[in-house]
Amino acid sequence: MKIRLTSVFVDDQAKALHFYTEILGFVKRHDVPVGEKDRWLTVVSPDEPDGTELLLEPAGHAAVKPYRDALVQDGIPLAQFAVADVRAEYERLRGLGVRFTQEPLEMGPVTTAVLDDTCGNLIQIVTQAQ
Amino acid sequence: MLGVVADDLFKALADATRRTIIDELVEKPGQTLFEICSRLSMKHELGLSRQAVSQHLAVLEAAGLVETRREGRCKFHDLNTAPLRQITERWPVPDAPGPEESAP
Repeated sequence: MKIRLTSVFVDDQAKALHFYTEILGFVKRHDVPVGEKDRWLTVVSPDEPDGTELLLEPAGHAAVKPYRDALVQDGIPLAQFAVADVRAEYERLRGLGVRFTQEPLEMGPVTTAVLDDTCGNLIQIVTQAQ
Repeated sequence: MLGVVADDLFKALADATRRTIIDELVEKPGQTLFEICSRLSMKHELGLSRQAVSQHLAVLEAAGLVETRREGRCKFHDLNTAPLRQITERWPVPDAPGPEESAP
């Protein structure tokens, strides 16, 4: 068994594609119309074009909002992405206007920070010292 | 009335985990529940559930030591040390000598 795809619910797929590619730096992998307005929309890391895809899934289901609201209120991230240097990435993203709910926090070998993806989710970035 | 407030304050301070939460909020004001949990588990190796941390925060909040504010959709916790003044008002501490006076 392999993890080929994981997903985050997003309020607006076009806006999400912009944020996940232009701001975070992922690249679009699949973009297929589904139904009237939804898309099968995935991004991947430019470092791993054949790696795990992230599905930017429409947040239309009624259960999504209360689920995400409760998590965001407590600052709980819905996904975690690995970066080479959390602090450098924090500075880069802040320069692009990204809002963080947790500044870089060094905890032994692990450094994390949590950002708002503007599409309804908090995302954790992490650097693990080798 | 003051007695009730003091009971809440001393109860809040009488727990090592809650004192650790206070230490962490001194180091970094404005933390989400998630960040407080991360610090307790990763820095202090306290294996507490989020519900347990939430309850500790509720006790600190009842004592007036922690205040919460909403910013956007997130809730942030800040320390308020003002209630601690009750302790020295009740049992005054003699003025400590300044550093220049205690120098040899």
